[in-house]
Amino acid sequence: MEKVIETSHAIAEAVRLAKPDVIPIYPVTPQTHIAERLADFVADGLLKAEMITVESEHSAISAAIGASAAGSRVFTATASQGLALMHEVLFIASGLRLPVVMAIANRALSAPINIWCDHSDSIAERDSGWIQLYCESAQEAYDSVLFAYRIAENRDVLLPTMVCVDGFSLSHVYERVLLDNDEKVRKYVGKYRPLFKLDARKPVTMGPIGYPNSFMEFKEQQEQAMKMAINVMRVEERNFKKHFKRDFYGLIETYNLANARYAIIAMGSVCGTIKHVLKQSRLKDIGLIKLRSFRPLPKEALKKAFEGLKAIAVIDRAVSFGNGGVLWNEIKALSCLPVHSFIAGLGGRDITPRHIMKAFDVMQKEKENEKRIWLK
Amino acid sequence: MPGKDMKLKPGAVIDEPGSSTKTKTGEWRTLKPVVDKKKCIKCGLCWLYCPDACIKIKKDGADIDYDHCKGCGICARHCPVKAIKMVREENGKSN
Amino acid sequence: MIEVKCVGRGGQGAVTFAQLLSVGAFYEGYYVQAMPMFGVERRGAPSMSFTRISKKPILIRSQIYEPDYVVVLDSGLLCVKGMLSGLKQKGVVLANARKEQSISVKGVKSCFIDATSIALKEFGKDIVNTAMLGAFAAYTKLVSLKNLYKAVDERFRNEDMRKKNKRMIKLTYEKCLEKI
Repeated sequence: MEKVIETSHAIAEAVRLAKPDVIPIYPVTPQTHIAERLADFVADGLLKAEMITVESEHSAISAAIGASAAGSRVFTATASQGLALMHEVLFIASGLRLPVVMAIANRALSAPINIWCDHSDSIAERDSGWIQLYCESAQEAYDSVLFAYRIAENRDVLLPTMVCVDGFSLSHVYERVLLDNDEKVRKYVGKYRPLFKLDARKPVTMGPIGYPNSFMEFKEQQEQAMKMAINVMRVEERNFKKHFKRDFYGLIETYNLANARYAIIAMGSVCGTIKHVLKQSRLKDIGLIKLRSFRPLPKEALKKAFEGLKAIAVIDRAVSFGNGGVLWNEIKALSCLPVHSFIAGLGGRDITPRHIMKAFDVMQKEKENEKRIWLK
Repeated sequence: MPGKDMKLKPGAVIDEPGSSTKTKTGEWRTLKPVVDKKKCIKCGLCWLYCPDACIKIKKDGADIDYDHCKGCGICARHCPVKAIKMVREENGKSN
Repeated sequence: MIEVKCVGRGGQGAVTFAQLLSVGAFYEGYYVQAMPMFGVERRGAPSMSFTRISKKPILIRSQIYEPDYVVVLDSGLLCVKGMLSGLKQKGVVLANARKEQSISVKGVKSCFIDATSIALKEFGKDIVNTAMLGAFAAYTKLVSLKNLYKAVDERFRNEDMRKKNKRMIKLTYEKCLEKI
């Protein structure tokens, strides 16, 4: 059934169907609507989950780890300073290989105080060992939550996963979402069958010390799991399409790329605006590569998408101060082509078709001369 | 400690309970606690204080698990009737 | 594609206006997108929302700079800089005001309706978004009353709220039809 709902509510709807056992959560703008809607579901008896209203995000993710270790399916959500407060605990979730799924309503980090969208919060957690999926639309956010559970809980992966939506610019947008019937969705998500769990009847030790003689091996396993996640996502993309009869992209989506000589790479809701500009301008020479999975970075898929290109433009909504756009750096490492860097949409600055056209212009005019431009 | 010979489970989970009993830490000992069962009043203070849970109070008094006792001497320090003495290990061997 | 900008003051319901309009238009068969321009919400501060209504899927996600309609929930905002800027040549300003006012943008059509009186009478509060929704429906014929009611039912859980809001939509709708 198609309905017009808010992206936050679409996420909550997907969570309701994934039936997590435990939801430890702390509200923070612009994630609050997700938490509120889940609280409604629990209060109305539509979702039988233990909702723990914790005293901070540090506690939210800690409780999520405890619950996941006990074998529960877990969901939580946060943004910005809340995600930053979780920082040290995020590594524990991934190190313990607990498939927690967390929605992020992307928001800038202070200072100056800012509640609006950019990607600095989740990009800052790039190296925390979490899978990161970025969404363009409400539909994609809904689908991605379901997808995230399938990936995270896969025995070959077992990694916590962030589903990132742009704060306000997507989280608070109302639009059409195709909501499948409950049974169909539940059949897709399935039940969580933990590899290990804390159970007094069959004791195990979780979180022991990792001495120098084994720590590296465990980290190597995490890196392997990330690599496996790429394969699993490829398979799950197909499963998703087969099950729901609609397109779904787990790693990357390309648009207008078939005959293009130039490509623009971006993540999140801005990809919609780029598609719009491409459609309106009928530029056959430029295509879009929408990166859905930032971690793991689908290097092979990206390299394949780069074939036949003359130049690339990367739009970053986060900066690594002292070394420019974060995604730009990563794309630069993958390609010998000129890669132009555009910083845009920081702290909720609207990214307009004019900005996109500017990036197109620069990419086509500046042949070898790599540009780094702030689209203001 | 999961040694190199052990299979490393995802997330460093140790799925075999009680694995710490397999490491005979008794070998680390220099001084060994010896209980004078005649003096022991079975008060249980040594049992309470032992950081390695190596002491059980049996019918005839405190009984020490020499396989795992590291010889820290806390039991001897706390024994109110001085029933436990720390004695040098013969050949550095336990038991 | 029709682009609607709704400007109001915090608490008047500009954001809910966009939500209800988008849901109503969806039931008419359109693709829709409603987007708030969120500030640090303070009662009385200017606030804004954007609605896109289209026969084709909507891809663009930036704010609306060249609206076809500007719905003004508080006539005091008519003279605030930027509120009407970018309005298309054939654009329409739909404002909540006691009497006709001159507006700064030349050549565009403007319609005035005293929604505050209706809201105060029917609702006891100066929340005029649903009343202005009725006005919008009457002037544009984009959304039927039936589908706006559907949107109201979806949005509010409280039966009293549903009833009052639907009544406000109906009253303004009828009042505007008389004017046209």
